[in-house]
Amino acid sequence: MRKRLARGRLTVVDATNVQPEARKSLIALAKEFHLFAEAIVFDLSERICQDRNVLRPDRQFSPHVIRNQSQQLRRSLRGLEREGIRHVFKLSTPEEVDAVTIERHPLWNNKKTEHGPFDIIGDVHGCFDELVELMAQLGHIVSQNEGTYSVSSRGHRKLVFVGDLVDRGPGTVQVLRLVSTIVQSGQGFCVPGNHDMKLVRALRGRDVKRTHGLAETMEQLGNESNEFRVEVAKFLDGLVSHYVFDDGKLVVAHAGLKESMHGRGSGAVREFAFFGETTGETDEFGLPVRYNWAADYRGKALVVYGHTPVPEPLFLNNTVNLDTGCVFGGQLTALRYPEREIVSVKAHRTYYEPARPFLPEKQETQRQLQHAQDDVLDLADVVGKRLIDTRLKPKITIREENAIAALEVMSRFASDPKWLIYLPPTMSPTEASKHENLLEHPDEAFAFYRKEGITTVVCEQKHMGSRAVVVLCKDETASQKRFGVVQASLGTVYTRTGRRFFTDEALEQQFLVRLQSAVEKSGLWDELATDWLCLDCELMPWSLKAQELLQKQYAPVGNAGVRALRAEKDLIAKAMLRVSGLETLAAQTTERLDAVEQYTQAYRQYCWPVSSLADLKLAPFHVLASDGFVHTDKPHTWHMEMIGKLCAAEPGILLPTPFKIVDLQDEASTADAVAWWTEMTAQGREGMVVKPLNFIAEGRHGITQPAMKCRGAEYLRIIYGPEYLLQANLERLRSRNVGAKRSLASREFALGIEALERFVRREPLRLTHECVFGVLALESEPIDPRL
Amino acid sequence: MLLTISTTHHPATDVGYLLHKNPARLQTEELSLGKAYVFYPDASDDHCTAALLVEIDPVALVRGRGPAGEGGQLEQYVNDRPYAANSFLSVAMGRIFSTAMSGRSKDRPELAETAIPLTAHLPVIAARGGEDLVRRLFEPLGYTVELKGSQLDDKFPEWGESPYVSLTVSGMVRLQDLLTHLYVLIPVLDNEKHYWVANDEIDKLLKRGEGWLGAHPEKDLIVTRYLKRQRSLTREALSRLLAEETPSGETEDMPSMEASAERTPSLHNQRLQTVLSVIRDTGAKRVVDLGCGEGKLLKLLLAEKQFDTILGMDVSYRTLETAKERLRLDELPERQRSRIDLIQGSLTYRDQRLNGFEAAAIVEVIEHLDAPRLATLERIVFEFARPTHVVLTTPNAEYNAVFETLPAGEFRHGDHRFEWKRVEFETWASGVAERFGYWVRFEPVGPVNAERGDPTQMAVFTQKEVAA
Repeated sequence: MRKRLARGRLTVVDATNVQPEARKSLIALAKEFHLFAEAIVFDLSERICQDRNVLRPDRQFSPHVIRNQSQQLRRSLRGLEREGIRHVFKLSTPEEVDAVTIERHPLWNNKKTEHGPFDIIGDVHGCFDELVELMAQLGHIVSQNEGTYSVSSRGHRKLVFVGDLVDRGPGTVQVLRLVSTIVQSGQGFCVPGNHDMKLVRALRGRDVKRTHGLAETMEQLGNESNEFRVEVAKFLDGLVSHYVFDDGKLVVAHAGLKESMHGRGSGAVREFAFFGETTGETDEFGLPVRYNWAADYRGKALVVYGHTPVPEPLFLNNTVNLDTGCVFGGQLTALRYPEREIVSVKAHRTYYEPARPFLPEKQETQRQLQHAQDDVLDLADVVGKRLIDTRLKPKITIREENAIAALEVMSRFASDPKWLIYLPPTMSPTEASKHENLLEHPDEAFAFYRKEGITTVVCEQKHMGSRAVVVLCKDETASQKRFGVVQASLGTVYTRTGRRFFTDEALEQQFLVRLQSAVEKSGLWDELATDWLCLDCELMPWSLKAQELLQKQYAPVGNAGVRALRAEKDLIAKAMLRVSGLETLAAQTTERLDAVEQYTQAYRQYCWPVSSLADLKLAPFHVLASDGFVHTDKPHTWHMEMIGKLCAAEPGILLPTPFKIVDLQDEASTADAVAWWTEMTAQGREGMVVKPLNFIAEGRHGITQPAMKCRGAEYLRIIYGPEYLLQANLERLRSRNVGAKRSLASREFALGIEALERFVRREPLRLTHECVFGVLALESEPIDPRL
Repeated sequence: MLLTISTTHHPATDVGYLLHKNPARLQTEELSLGKAYVFYPDASDDHCTAALLVEIDPVALVRGRGPAGEGGQLEQYVNDRPYAANSFLSVAMGRIFSTAMSGRSKDRPELAETAIPLTAHLPVIAARGGEDLVRRLFEPLGYTVELKGSQLDDKFPEWGESPYVSLTVSGMVRLQDLLTHLYVLIPVLDNEKHYWVANDEIDKLLKRGEGWLGAHPEKDLIVTRYLKRQRSLTREALSRLLAEETPSGETEDMPSMEASAERTPSLHNQRLQTVLSVIRDTGAKRVVDLGCGEGKLLKLLLAEKQFDTILGMDVSYRTLETAKERLRLDELPERQRSRIDLIQGSLTYRDQRLNGFEAAAIVEVIEHLDAPRLATLERIVFEFARPTHVVLTTPNAEYNAVFETLPAGEFRHGDHRFEWKRVEFETWASGVAERFGYWVRFEPVGPVNAERGDPTQMAVFTQKEVAA
C-alpha cells in the first residue's frame, strides 16, 4: 500500500473500517503521502447484512457481530470529516448501490493535459512596467481599455506566474488587474505566493503585521473601490497552491516543491509551496534559514519556482528559481518552456531595499551551484542492475557485473567525469566476405544497408590510430562556466574508455591551444554560436597510445615469428639434402615466413615516434555537439563540411577524412567505392567506414547500425594474426557472428547520444554520467574482441 | 617452434637409438593443437643433429578448447605461441621423446645411462626475467650457456631489446636429463602456461624434477612459475618439496618475486602494524579500510577484539574475492563473521555506506589516483564519510634512492600516478586538515634514513570537535 501511495496511485481499501481506530491508521497513511482520504459508506439496513451473511458459508458467526458493526457504522458517520476524511459518499439502499457510478475528478492542481508552450514569469512584486515590457518581449502584447486590460499572445503560448504578484513595488494594483484578467480569460495560470496569501488575510481584516511591503500594497489598494478589494481577495484566495503541467513533466510552485508532493493536496503541501522548507533557524538578518530542497531534488519533472531572490536564474537538479529580485533592482525573469530559454528585463530602478543583500559582492568563479554539486557523484547512481531510458532506445539494461567492471575502470583510469560527456560506441564489421582471399569487403556493407532500406551511404576512410574524443573550449572561462571543472582549462582529449590521452599536461595544453586557434580561424565558434565543441576523432600515431601493446605483443610476435621461421627454413633446406618428404613442410614454412614478414610491415605503418606536437595527427569525423545542440540530426555531409573547414585551418596537425557519397542503387557508384577501398587498402590503409547518410537512420527494425567497418586484408593481419590469410585458416575464420556485436553497437550508440543530449539540456551531471558509465559497462560484455 | 639436439659422441648417429627416431627418415605426429616433425639435418658418425619442429594451429589455439575464461594472450590471434618455445614444445617432447625421457633404450641401454657431449638449441625462447636468469637456471645443472639476443624491431631501435633469445646449452649429460631439464625449464622461462594448471601438474613436476629440482638454487622460482598463478597449488607443492629436506617446514606466503621495488616484504608488514597500532590507540570500535586490497590489514583488525565493526572496501572486485578467500570469511563462526564486511566501492564516488566510522585507514591508496582526482577523494572521505580519525599512508619519494633495484626517477609500482616528497605530502595533508576541520600529525613508518626520512609517510587526522 505504501508503494502505491508513494506513486500516487488510486488505492481502495475494502474493509469494514467501522471503528475509528481502524480508520485512524489509514487516514494517517493518506496524510503522510499528502493524499486525500475519501469514504464510501455502505449504510445499508442491518436486515440486509444479516440476510446476505447467511449466504456466505465461509463466514459463520453469530448475528450480534453484524449488529455491533451496524451500530458502530451509524455512530461513526457523523465524525468522519472530523477524523480527516475529505468527502463522504453515503449509499443507503441496494438500489442506490446498484445505480452508483464512480467518476474520478482530477485535483485542481492537475493540469497534465495542458502541454503549453508556456512562458513562466518570476516574482513580480508590483513591478508592472517591467512585467509589461517582459511580456512584450515574450510576444504577449498588453492593451488597456478604460481600466481593463487585454492581452494578445503570439503562437498560443500561455503565461504562468510563480506568485508574489504583490507588495513592495509601485504597481501592485495594475499587476493584480492584469494577472487576474489573464487567469480568468484562460490565457494563463497563476500560483499564489506567501505575500499574496498574507494580503488575502489582511484584506479580510485579520490582524497581520504590515511589514515586507504589505503596508505599501494596502495603501495602493486603499485608493481602489471596496468591490475591487473584495474581488482581489477572492481571486487570490481561489488560486491553487501548485500546478502539474504537461503529463507531469513540469511543476510550478511559488517556493518550489519536493517530488513526493507533486500533484498532492494537503496542508503541508500548501505550506511547502508558499514557504519552501526552513530549518527553523534565523540568519544574521533575522530571516528564516531556508533548507535547500532543490539540492536534494532528483525528480523527473522540471520544477519552476521563485520566492528566494537570486542574482541569476538558478538551475539546479532540474529545478529553476526565477526570482531575480526585480523589485530590489534586479531583473524580472521568464522561462520559456519547453525551450528552457531564459528571457529577462532589467528593473527600471530599485523599488525596495532588501533585508539581506541578494547580489553578492563579487562572483568568485563562473561555476554555478549545479557545478559545485556535481563535483561529487554518488555511487548509488551507477552501481547495481540499472535500466536507462534513452530517446533512441527505451530501457537499456546495464547488468550488475558489468557495472562492477566499469566502476573499477572509471575510478582508476577515467578523467574527471565533468569532461566525460560522451563515449563512442563500438562498431561492427561486415559479415564475412564471399570474396576469395578476403575476410572483409565493402560489398557486404552495401548489401546490409540496402536490405535496411537505406539508399545513400557515405564511405569514410578509416584512419588507423586510436579513437579520441576531444572536448574543446573557446577559452578557459567556458570550461568553468559550461563544464564546471574546478581547474580552468581549454578542454581535454580522452580515449574510448574515458582515460586521458596525454599524461603530459603541458603537451595536452599545447595541443588544445592549436585546436582552439584552428576553430577560431575556421569561424566555427561563430557559425555554431558556441563556446565549446565535442569532436569524435581518431588520433595518430597508433603507437602513441598502443606503445605498450606494440612492445609487449605486436612487435614480439613479429620478432619471434621471423626468427623462428627463418631458423626452421634453413634447417629444413639443410635436411632436404639428405632426407626425402620435406617438400610440403618447406613450402608451408616459406609461406608462413612471408606472412609474418608482411604482418611486421603492416603494424610498422601505424607507428612513428612522437617527440613534439608536429608528430601528432588528429582526424576528426563527427562534430558531436556544441552549445545548445547535439548534431546527430544532421547528415554526415554536414559533419564532413564542418570538419573540412576545420582541417583547412590547421593542416599541421589536423588530417581531413577523405570520403565518398555512394548511391546504393547505382552500380557505377558502388563499384567506384569498391575501387577506392581496394586502392586504399593496397597502400596499407586500415580500410573504410560505411555509414548511412543520416547520422541516425531508420532501418527495417528501428534505428539501423550507425556505421560499419570494412577493413583491408593487410590490416587484418594485426587483428587475426600474421597467418590468417593462409587458406586453411581463412576458411575457418569466415564463420563469425556479428549479431551480438551489432546489438551492442546499437545500445552503446543510443547511450552515447543520450549522454550528449542530457548534457546539452544542462541536466545534472549524474544523468549524463549514468549514460557514459553505461557505455563503459556494456563494453565489458564478453564479445569477440576481433570484430 | 624448433628444438635441436646435437652430439659429437662417437658414433654420433647412436643418438637416434636413444631418441627412438630413425635419422634417415622424416617422422611426423599429430598433436591436439598442431603437428610435430622430427628430422635430422645432419647425421654422421662425428656429428649428428635431431630437429623437433612443432607447428601450432593459430586458429585452433583461439577457437579450440582453450581454458575457458582465462583471458590474456591466449585469446589473441596475434600471439607468439606458434613461434617461441613454450609449453607446447614440452608437451610435444613428452609425446615424441617419452621413451628417451624415461631413460629406456632397447638397442643402447648403457648409452642411455651415460653422460655424453650434448647440445640443445632453441632459436627462439622468451627469456622473461633476463639473460641472467637463464644462466641461473641452467648453469647449476652443469651446462654451458650461450645466449644471443636481438633488437625487438630494427626499424624502431628505441623499442629496445627483444624479449626472446636464441639459447644454446651444452654439457656432458645423459640425454634423459637434458630432455627432462628442458621439459621443465622451457615453460619456466616462457612463464606462460598454455593449459589450465590442475592438481596433476604438481605430480608431473615432481616426477620430472625428481633428483635435481629439490637441490636447485632457483627451485622457488621454478615451482612458482611452473604452477603459474596458482597460489594454493604453489604452496602445496612447495611444502611437499621442502618436506623432503627440512622437516620443520617453513611454508608461509612467499614474497612475490617481481611485484614491487620494495623487495622486503617486512616493510609492508611494518606499515600495517604501525597503522594498526595508531587505530587501536584512537579507541575506535567501528573501522573502515578504504582500499583494503587483499585484506592484510583487515586480518590484523579482525584479530583485535576492540573492533566490533570492520568494513573493507576496494574498487577491484577480483581483489575482494581474493581477500574473502584469504580471510576465510566463509569459514568464520557467525559472531566473527558479523563483525566484518567487504564491499566494492570507490573513493571517487560518494557512498552512504562509509558514513559513521570512527576510524578509517587509507594505506598506499592515494598514489593510485590521478592527482587531479584527489580533490574528489578529499571530499568523499573528509566531508561526506567523515570518520573521526583517518590514518593515511603514501610512499616517500625521497626514500626511493635507498631501493637498489629501483632505477632513478621511476615509481615503486607501475600503477603509481605520483610519489610525493615529504614536503609535498605534508603540504597536501595540512591543507586537507585545514579545509575539512581536522587536526593532522605525521609519524614515521619503517626504518628512518637520516637524509631521506622514512620509506612510508603517514598522516593521522582527527576531527577537531573530537580532539578539542
